Amino acid sequence: MSSTHKIARRAFLRHTSLSGLALILGVSSMNHADAADVQKMSAGDIPPAGLGDLPEHYGITPYISIEPSGKITIINPKPEMGQGTWQSIPSLIAEELEVSLDRVTIINSSGQKEIPGQSAGGSTSVRGSYASLRKVGASAREMLCTAASRTWNVPVTECKADNGRIIHTPTGKSLGYGELVAVASTLDVPANPVLKDPKDFKILGKSTPRPDIPLKVTGKAVYGIDMELPGMVYASVERCPVFGGKLVSYDDSAALKVKGVIRTVKAERVLGKNRYEGIAVIAGNYWAALKGRKALKVVWDYQGFDSFNTKDYEQHLRELAKTDGLIAHNAGDFDNAMAGATRKLEALYETPIVAHATMEPMNCLAHWQEGDKVDIWTSVQGASIVKRELSGSLGIPQENITPHISFLGGGFGRRLAADYAGEAAGISKAVGKPVKVVWTREDDIQLGPFRPMTFSAMKGGVSADGKAIAFQHKVISPSISATKNANYDKTKPDHSMTEGISDQEYEIPNMKNAYVFADIHIPMQPWRSVTSSTLAFAHECFIDEMAAAAGKDPMAFRMEMLTKETDTKRLLTKLKEVSDWDKPLPQGWGRGVAQYKFFAGLAGHVVEVSTQKDGSIRIEKVHCVLDLGTVVNPDMAKANTEGAIVMGIIAATKDAIAFEKGRSLQSNFHNFRMLRINEMPALNVHILADGGPVIKGVGEPGLPPVAPALANAIFAATGKRIRRLPIDLTHPTV
Amino acid sequence: MPAYSLTINNKPVTVDAEPDMPLLWVIRDIIGLKGTKFGCGIAQCGACTVHLGGSAVRSCGLPISAVAGQKITTIEGLTGNQQGEMVQKAWIEEQVPQCGYCQSGQIMSAVALLHRTPRPTDAEIDIAMQGNICRCGCYERIRKAIHLAASMQTPPASLKKSLTRS
Repeated sequence: MSSTHKIARRAFLRHTSLSGLALILGVSSMNHADAADVQKMSAGDIPPAGLGDLPEHYGITPYISIEPSGKITIINPKPEMGQGTWQSIPSLIAEELEVSLDRVTIINSSGQKEIPGQSAGGSTSVRGSYASLRKVGASAREMLCTAASRTWNVPVTECKADNGRIIHTPTGKSLGYGELVAVASTLDVPANPVLKDPKDFKILGKSTPRPDIPLKVTGKAVYGIDMELPGMVYASVERCPVFGGKLVSYDDSAALKVKGVIRTVKAERVLGKNRYEGIAVIAGNYWAALKGRKALKVVWDYQGFDSFNTKDYEQHLRELAKTDGLIAHNAGDFDNAMAGATRKLEALYETPIVAHATMEPMNCLAHWQEGDKVDIWTSVQGASIVKRELSGSLGIPQENITPHISFLGGGFGRRLAADYAGEAAGISKAVGKPVKVVWTREDDIQLGPFRPMTFSAMKGGVSADGKAIAFQHKVISPSISATKNANYDKTKPDHSMTEGISDQEYEIPNMKNAYVFADIHIPMQPWRSVTSSTLAFAHECFIDEMAAAAGKDPMAFRMEMLTKETDTKRLLTKLKEVSDWDKPLPQGWGRGVAQYKFFAGLAGHVVEVSTQKDGSIRIEKVHCVLDLGTVVNPDMAKANTEGAIVMGIIAATKDAIAFEKGRSLQSNFHNFRMLRINEMPALNVHILADGGPVIKGVGEPGLPPVAPALANAIFAATGKRIRRLPIDLTHPTV
Repeated sequence: MPAYSLTINNKPVTVDAEPDMPLLWVIRDIIGLKGTKFGCGIAQCGACTVHLGGSAVRSCGLPISAVAGQKITTIEGLTGNQQGEMVQKAWIEEQVPQCGYCQSGQIMSAVALLHRTPRPTDAEIDIAMQGNICRCGCYERIRKAIHLAASMQTPPASLKKSLTRS
């Protein structure tokens, strides 16, 4: 046998023992009495995610547990935040294991050491797990087949798996997986299990209903905010409204007089390099904690940060736009080509800061226990994030931290940070009880971290025959990393802030892209589709400006730059077809196109708008093609894309976060508005999944092209070239 | 602390609470029904929508003292309610929820709408549902699910006739 096989054998034995051990620890790092309480914690009649009580079982791999009773549990390392990982990730295993999803119990991982990649972000969950988790399921299936062949003393080729049973094909006799696990768990893990032929897939590639949906329509789905423990108290935390301010003193005498308020303690929220102080009001119920918080009298020293305002900062960015910055990408001879261009274009595009505003505000139930051990129940984009961040901010080893992840009421990148969990853990330590901290919507919208604004200084050169020969995209912006990392290196271009600008497949021979770093003290964070969410606006609107300068149709101009057989060419060809691009629109209407290729994947949109009598703009229809390669659940990919379009429209047309006197002017949904059902355009989403080896992301690619396709449509309808977001659709101004 | 009696999901309950405590927190933290969600606290998002005597209301802005003695229905109270279950079935059929956090509120608003207006037009759906925010952007599916639920609950005219005859 090969060395690989021996390693696999060792790995399996370790996994077997450790997965058993780890799963038991997942339930009762608390003692047995507490484990009983855990059952009570469930708000509905399902156990909280990650806390299933597993009796005697055999861990086939760290992801699968099969009990002698036949109960199959799959451990999901990718938190479900709406993107569908509660279905897609277990399906990768279940498909190869030959078991239907309705026979599987799904629990979330709790930071077990032997499970890699316990976080969801960057549209990576499915594409990052597609190969590895199918292999996990296939290994288990082969081991169960081998166990059956040994039990029956028949060739393994006569055994096949079928929905939870191994069947001896010549005789039709069968054994359930539960009856085979004792033997199967003594076998070697196959080094290279045979994966199913995709044509035999029963789950993958099909629009299989999501198992979380019945829970979500009956109020039974458990979110972080729903968690309870016996003896727990509630907290609401007053934090400095001005980033960078320091606590001088506070008077809690009025707060302590509020009925239900128990005490106050200092709190600390750690977000990357930043440590923010706060005062937690502890009470027997959340309403009392809130009222007590309002009664606090706090003196802050703003340290001069109360002079910060968005208007001045934007002017600062415009000044920085005149500097060269750091070269991020250089191809051909941009300066020379620009000098020789027949038409020379220049434009500055501006986008704002926005908040994530997940529907479920940040919250955490933390229980600090003896021996510096802490259990965390929260909505977060990964168990591993909780362990890593809290270990750093609280100064305790990772193994002392046990995260229990529920369903998330939205993530969008906000919950890739666990600042709220660390803060709750510190409060629980100070109080000596389990504490549930719930942020108000105002806390959520005003206290960040935020999506950064980006400004883009664009230059383009068009030849006499109407071809794009020179192109420059220079990004001027704060850096997400710099706001978190004290060791940020300003001397190097920050590629996460120039995301995608050098990756478009247009064949433009001379290109010079750059980054100009702008310092800021406000904490920034990835926001769904990260920097592409703003850079695509500048990039694809400017391509439209060049098309106009060339006197060409925007779609034709793009297609002319796509002579090679690329994904973008395939995408735009399909988009042109499904959007009826060449079909005339009614008077006063206009259509615009945009696409964007970036780390998460590739999508393109055509937006149709109409001009109303009062001069306002109505978004009539959004056509979209999402280029995937391989799709795991077409309807879910469609749903994700519908959602990305809506989120893109909100960011393009609703409210920005603006600062005055150091604080955010926006605070709740009345002035940080969302799209509502009456404002919905018609959607026409196509999933391009012709198979093949490449698998792309689903959650984010549908977002970046929205703003540019919309602005390009407004240009087509009105002749107004919009270069700043958000767009006021009631009075679109240049 | 004053005691308030009210009927929740057809069950009489008495709770001790400060008069200004919003119904939302009474339902969630005192009664322990977690299906009703906190989203904004200022009646802007609809995540906390419940029925007060059959009408959809935002429980985050209603002090307990203002609803004493009244009949409240939460998402949990739809179980066993024919119209409620019909809407839930339509929601599953259309695979509406993504994160799902707003969906209790969406469904409570939809059930109240269908109770009033069994076959709503798109314009009527717009009016009834615009108080409910969905950050995941499931609006198109919500609209489809409401139309589907309406078609499920209204028997076709021919069936009605035969039922009347018998």
